[in-house]
Amino acid sequence: MLAILRDLMRYRPQFRLGVILTGVIVAFAALTLASPHPQQDQFVVPPDVPPSWAHWFGTTSRGQDVFWQLTFAIRNTMLFGFTVAILSRLISVAIGMWSGYKGGFVDRVLMSINDTFIVIPLFPLLVLFYFVMRDKMSWPLLALAMAALGWAYDARLIRSLALSLKTREFTQQCEFSGMRTSEIVLQEHLPYVLPIMFYTTMNNMNWSIGLEVTLSVLGFTNIDTPTVGVMIYWANQHTALVAGIWWWIFFPVLFVMILFIGLFLLAISMNEYIDPRSRLARMGGASG
Amino acid sequence: MNTVPAQVKGPERVLSVTNLRAYYQTQYFGISREVRAVDGVSLHIDRNEIYGLAGESSCGKTTLIKTIVRAIRPPLSIVEGSVMFNFAGRECDIYRLNRHELDSMRWRRLACILQGSMNVLNPVRRVRQSFIDFAFRHIGQPMPQFLALIEGHLARLRLEPAILDNYPHELSGGMRQRVTIALASVCRPDFIVADEPTTALDVVVQKDVLGLMREVQREIRSSMILVTHDIGVHANVTDRMGIMYAGRLVEEGRTVDVIRNPRHPYAVHLVASLPRIGDTTQKQGLEGAPPNLAAPPPGCRFHPRCPLVMDVCRKEHPPLVDVAAGHRVACWAATQPDARRAA
Amino acid sequence: MRALLDVDHVGMTYFVGGLLSRRAVRAVDDVSLRLETDKPEILAIIGESGSGKTTLARMILNLAKPTDGAIRFLDTDVTTIGRNRARMRFMRQVQPIFQNPFAAFNPLKRLDRYLFMSARRLADARGADIEAAADKALHQVGLSLAEVRGRFPHELSGGQLQRIAIARALISSPKLIVADEPVSMVDASLRMSIVNLFKSLRDELKVSIIYITHDLATAYYISDRVLIMQGGRAVESGDARDVLVNPQHAYSRLLKESVLSPQDAGKPFVPVGGISA
Repeated sequence: MLAILRDLMRYRPQFRLGVILTGVIVAFAALTLASPHPQQDQFVVPPDVPPSWAHWFGTTSRGQDVFWQLTFAIRNTMLFGFTVAILSRLISVAIGMWSGYKGGFVDRVLMSINDTFIVIPLFPLLVLFYFVMRDKMSWPLLALAMAALGWAYDARLIRSLALSLKTREFTQQCEFSGMRTSEIVLQEHLPYVLPIMFYTTMNNMNWSIGLEVTLSVLGFTNIDTPTVGVMIYWANQHTALVAGIWWWIFFPVLFVMILFIGLFLLAISMNEYIDPRSRLARMGGASG
Repeated sequence: MNTVPAQVKGPERVLSVTNLRAYYQTQYFGISREVRAVDGVSLHIDRNEIYGLAGESSCGKTTLIKTIVRAIRPPLSIVEGSVMFNFAGRECDIYRLNRHELDSMRWRRLACILQGSMNVLNPVRRVRQSFIDFAFRHIGQPMPQFLALIEGHLARLRLEPAILDNYPHELSGGMRQRVTIALASVCRPDFIVADEPTTALDVVVQKDVLGLMREVQREIRSSMILVTHDIGVHANVTDRMGIMYAGRLVEEGRTVDVIRNPRHPYAVHLVASLPRIGDTTQKQGLEGAPPNLAAPPPGCRFHPRCPLVMDVCRKEHPPLVDVAAGHRVACWAATQPDARRAA
Repeated sequence: MRALLDVDHVGMTYFVGGLLSRRAVRAVDDVSLRLETDKPEILAIIGESGSGKTTLARMILNLAKPTDGAIRFLDTDVTTIGRNRARMRFMRQVQPIFQNPFAAFNPLKRLDRYLFMSARRLADARGADIEAAADKALHQVGLSLAEVRGRFPHELSGGQLQRIAIARALISSPKLIVADEPVSMVDASLRMSIVNLFKSLRDELKVSIIYITHDLATAYYISDRVLIMQGGRAVESGDARDVLVNPQHAYSRLLKESVLSPQDAGKPFVPVGGISA
């Protein structure tokens, strides 16, 4: 896996750009450690100040420094997306692998459940979830809810991979070499699975961040903790664009776009690597 | 365009390949490779002749076929040489034709029978539709007459007209391949390319399908190039054959001559090592392996495995020269036996 | 005298179709064969696609369960072998060789890994013995550990890969090798060395081999007995020379007539008439 990442860094400009963009965002989020104000505080600085040397990104109508708010917002949004992605990866890999390897009855039952989750409309469900939870709504709870809804597509992908790997002759050769099933799955099949996992993780992060921003802008999440969506929500509440406070919306949107593009570039540059034929071509395959 | 077969008298060149070189040139993740799949091949095929191309995997025969029908795409490209066809008395360089000329020539003059007939027949359409897709515009007759012509063609090949209503997956492998042969021959082309047409088929079906191919070829008097690694097929079906090794032709001649009297050490081994029912003599394998075409050995490409290797073989590549009427060999030991004694 | 392998009226039926229309397909129908422990031999199972030969091989290797009959290896019913130590014991004695040498190994992993794994798990080797066992097996197939160490599958030819696969199978000193079309995907110039290798396995290492093929010529060359299958059934069996030189069953005769031999160069081509397939 490391060799793959190293090769991608060296030869694919897309990947380098993706790493740079994502790296910038991560570094930006790390600045929260240096923030002079806690994230929830309001009216700590003069409100509605345009970008200037004192306040690089300006200030909001709620008396918060946009720059420092954004560091928290980006950090929270990224953490949220990352948590959802990891949790849903665990579910989709577990279900996909189990379904693919076991086959038969287990496979049919799991895939029926899987397909149900695919067709469930997520957005109305999450809105409903908010209305039910109301005050008890918190970020971990929302992350859990989204992870529980976001594993279905990728589970099918992993399942088809497991199906194809299970029937390949080298798998049977491994069995007859005395390897246990767990060893075969972890040592022989994982190199095939990992690039796809990377791709789906990036994808899933983008999806969950997008959904979070949508929900927050509409106010269906905990609006006290700053995230990118929540910042835009408050900006809308204070009719920022009408009032001319464009920087309150511009900078969150800009930064989340950079994050999106960075993650997207990482995902698609890995895509080329997933195809085993391209990997073998690189290793110097036998004939032309 | 009508379907009257061109009446020709006497042998006439249909295909001339001159000094063809086709390489795969890839540049991938910093690794650049040039695979010399076809490296200086010259051959010709006459009218009403079945020419066999033999050789193992990675000898370049499939690449040669692709270049002959101009079905090449990057990273494969022609580096040198020409492919000249002679249809109805008119010479044409297939690489100088424009899109329109190429389209009107394909299937009408030049048809293909490929391995894995599912590649040819559209799996979601009935067989009749494939015939319409391929041949309708070349035949140039109204639909009812066209369909009657197809049914007549199938009947002549002893195929039930009812199969036109089938989807490809409803037919067995042998049946599909027969349909493919009917499809390739319906426009009575001057040249048919057959790439491993029976390799995926069972032995019993193979013989029947090959018989059909020969029958069709003799009836429409087209030329055919038949690519297969199976020497038994060559022995029974082809008139002339060429053996390729590592991108080059090493021996060529009438099939009977090449098999009864092979001159190139590789050909000698190929023919001698085949086991036969009733023969219990010990057979040998050949040491080594076919070379990597990205870094072929210098001189004669067979020299690392050759039992008759001499000094000159390691340095210079032997040219293809006549050793008997119509029988060419590219081998220093076969063409210069004195050099061998001196070495 | 217990039999090495006793295939006793074995059959395999499987169902195709969904909930509404299910059809029974008889992949293997009442096939019996027997190999003895004291007489290592090569038994060729000849058949075309759909004859059931691969299904039969899978049942012998305990990769599929027969629906009728029983398969006994050294008096143990193969279907009772679970996924534990009994399976390990079975795998030490019975090993497969697959058709496609390029698919037999994980292209992303080195080849010596499988040799060492077999040595460790099936031959119970430890420490320096592991490499010694691998080297010995490789020598038996005409290679050596020095040549193979650290290599990936794409670096070698089909013939070499198949030999390494055979070496891996030999590490545990099995009594039976089930080879499914082992040379059909190997180049013609390399094929005979693999086929000769099977002969030496029988003669020198006393290993019995079930050699599955559609090629009558190589079957004639090395096998002692043949079993010809068609549509799941065994149509003819017996001594290899007798059956292949003088086939009795109509299908066997058809098979033999369909073989295209280089001997026939120059003779008129007579297709077998009236076959619809």
